[in-house]
Amino acid sequence: MASPQMVMYEEEFAQVQAVTDRLVQDANARVVFVVDKNGQLIAGSGDTGDLDTTSLASLAAGNIAATGGIAQLLREQEFATQYHEGVRQNVHIQIVSSRVILVVIFDNRTSLGLVRLRVKRANEQLMRIFEMVMAKAQDPYRASPFAEITDDDIDNLFND
Amino acid sequence: MSFINYLSREINCKIVYYGPGLCGKTTNLQYIYNRTNPDAKGKMISLATETERTLFFDFLPLEIGEIRGFKTRFHLYTVPGQVFYDASRKLILKGVDGVVFVADSQMLRAEANIESMDNLRTNLAEQGYNLDTLPYVIQYNKRDMPAVSPVEELRQMLNTGNVPDFSAVATTGEGVFETLKSVAKLVLTELKRGAAR
Repeated sequence: MASPQMVMYEEEFAQVQAVTDRLVQDANARVVFVVDKNGQLIAGSGDTGDLDTTSLASLAAGNIAATGGIAQLLREQEFATQYHEGVRQNVHIQIVSSRVILVVIFDNRTSLGLVRLRVKRANEQLMRIFEMVMAKAQDPYRASPFAEITDDDIDNLFND
Repeated sequence: MSFINYLSREINCKIVYYGPGLCGKTTNLQYIYNRTNPDAKGKMISLATETERTLFFDFLPLEIGEIRGFKTRFHLYTVPGQVFYDASRKLILKGVDGVVFVADSQMLRAEANIESMDNLRTNLAEQGYNLDTLPYVIQYNKRDMPAVSPVEELRQMLNTGNVPDFSAVATTGEGVFETLKSVAKLVLTELKRGAAR
């Protein structure tokens, strides 16, 4: 397989969640998301109630993928930061460890400067956490949940 | 690349529908979307041009049930089929767990099918994947059109690896869920195999 599977255990998930919770408060943001580069939502904090988080995660990843494609054409390694300015809301997107995407949605209760500053710290913390996540995923002695799944389990899923 | 979350007990996998322009990739997703229980699906996103040609991708999240207490979700993507969108196609293949190749059965599209299949192989190889080892199925779509090639001929042209293949009419739904079930099953079987290694 081209890239190792990402497995999120409770311990690291709690750490990621603590970083995003803190970022919502410190940056006075509306919502903070952590998304896998393949578009899977990993964690979210803030006012996520009326947001379609699954779609948002997939589109943020598509956005990063497209920008990464532009970077490649320009022989840049990547554009690690993006900023989209709207009338009422803005989106700040940061690539963490070339592997996950930190999305901050904020309005006029805060400023881009503050968001950037707080994202920088969160970025460093998330980098450390995801290094651990990837190290664990590559540990051959750690059992995958799939190891216990039988062919019957898979068949049963598709019985009408 | 699948994503397993122990806390929310979820397994997410990515399936990409690939094929030449206007072969019915988006129609497959639309049919699945229309026929799925609202609880089991998310919103379908289509990034399309004004003339409804796929510009970047379509996206449909789908929940198919639980395996050993893990909610199993498939994220279905289509690629833009038109030749000049190759850069976008490559991006969408990143992290793919399974591929559906949708072929257009019409005789006039034989060359486009082969070209798209070659393009799939090349683009997968660039990402470090090999089509022969990836969970992968073929759908011969548009069987209802007047001038179609016989399935056996399409099979000889496109299915050299003898993977599961299905005849379909995506507009009426014929073969659509059979194709999806088959690739989903292959993906899960591959994950299980990978875990046992």
